[in-house]
Amino acid sequence: MKYIIAVIQPDRLEIVADILAAEEINVMTVTEVLGRGRQKGVAEVYRSHVQAGNLLRKVKIEVAVPDERLWHAVDAIKRGAYTGSIGDGKIFVLDLQDCIRIRTGEQGETAVF
Amino acid sequence: MIDSGDTAWMVMSSALVLLMTPGLALFYGGLVRRKNILSIFMQCMAAVCVVGLQWVLVGYSLAFGHDHGGLIGGFNYVALHGVGLDPNPVYAATIPHLLFMIYQMMFAVITPALIIGAFAERLKFSAFLVFAVLWATLVYDPLAHWLWGAGGFLKVYGALDFAGGAVVHISAGMGALAAALVVGRRHGYPETGTPHNLVLVALGAALLWFGWFGFNGGSALSSGKISVLAFVATQLAAMAGAIAWVCLDWVLAKKPTTLGLLSGLIAGLAAVTPAAGFVGPMAALGIGAIAGALCYLSVMFVKNRFKYDDSLDAFGIHGVAGSWGILAVGLWASLALNPKGANGLFHSHAHQLLVQFVAFLVAAAFSFTVSFILLKVVDKLMGLRVTKDHELIGLDLTQHKESAYTFLG
Repeated sequence: MKYIIAVIQPDRLEIVADILAAEEINVMTVTEVLGRGRQKGVAEVYRSHVQAGNLLRKVKIEVAVPDERLWHAVDAIKRGAYTGSIGDGKIFVLDLQDCIRIRTGEQGETAVF
Repeated sequence: MIDSGDTAWMVMSSALVLLMTPGLALFYGGLVRRKNILSIFMQCMAAVCVVGLQWVLVGYSLAFGHDHGGLIGGFNYVALHGVGLDPNPVYAATIPHLLFMIYQMMFAVITPALIIGAFAERLKFSAFLVFAVLWATLVYDPLAHWLWGAGGFLKVYGALDFAGGAVVHISAGMGALAAALVVGRRHGYPETGTPHNLVLVALGAALLWFGWFGFNGGSALSSGKISVLAFVATQLAAMAGAIAWVCLDWVLAKKPTTLGLLSGLIAGLAAVTPAAGFVGPMAALGIGAIAGALCYLSVMFVKNRFKYDDSLDAFGIHGVAGSWGILAVGLWASLALNPKGANGLFHSHAHQLLVQFVAFLVAAAFSFTVSFILLKVVDKLMGLRVTKDHELIGLDLTQHKESAYTFLG
């Protein structure tokens, strides 16, 4: 099993979710996060208080997938999140040790989707 | 003779000025970090309550009571004794005396609340309560008497302050400067966070602008020519102040900012406050624009140069704008517009400018000095600041056991 963490532009979320749904991947967790890449964010000015570079609003999508679906999911996220501009984000892939469905107690790959 | 038109307008104006204190709370509240927003509201609304109480018990009498030596009112109006529904012909002959009292109360309660901007995010609530009531008694009430009370020495001298440029803005502004110096900088200065919600600031500014029509328009104490003169001046000065600040922002900081526009309009409003009923519309534009520019320079350059933590620019905006406004009366005042005013420099009467300058000096020096001493005394008695740990956790939780924004539930 693998765990995907993707940080993307907030307004690409719906598109990513739609493409994932088309791949029959519906289970996910989404959070609002702050982040920045190599550009170190955008300057902000509040009267005499100047912040040279700041964290920007992003969205983090987390999806657990069985091994054989990994690249379908990564591909879907890439296609949905891509705009070609700086700030599109990153996708991280982690090994997932286990997964448990709380309601039924299922464990392992059957609990993932 | 009670005039129902005057009374209706003054009742409305009193309500409008009251609205300015919660408006101020929104304005200041949006500027601080989220962990401290409730402390701003608590201090503002508590000021309304405790200073209001002080006002009806003794403050009104000290400000507007029977004069003693030109310096202070007596105790003849203590607990509103003698303040009834018949007009007080000395102050406002066409409205009930009680209405004049309550209208003035709204000024008395918002003035100490303005000072909150200087010590935001680090003052103990208990210390604030004590400070607010004592400041009202020792600074506001005497100054109100000198400029507005019958027999007050500055009023007798001919100084003009239509709605509180000196009584409210200079006094609060200098009190704020004193507070910034006595209380000291926030922990971590200059890294002190950013405004947590500019939308609240915008909402607060809108309510302040709206309420200011009562602040200035109502200072005519009547409904008619002068209230309209003041109303128009108020609007124009706000607009001009906003335009001036945004222009400077755009040119010097490369981008027009929302906070800049809001700050500029407040600067314009504060500056026109002493002048609103004495000057014409074009003068109001000039007063507002120059106020926007002066406050911009004060906030953007002077504060950082001298490194005092006037957190929300209470001195930078109210102190500077009020000072400029009081002097501007000496430039643009016109007897033709308001026979109860005077002619200023631009109407061939340079003397008024000198009179206004003296009023500015007296108000500024008095407020700064007494505020400074009062703060030191309160600090000695009970401590002004919260502990560093509490400052880091935030005042809402440590002073009030509350959280404004719940993340869960």
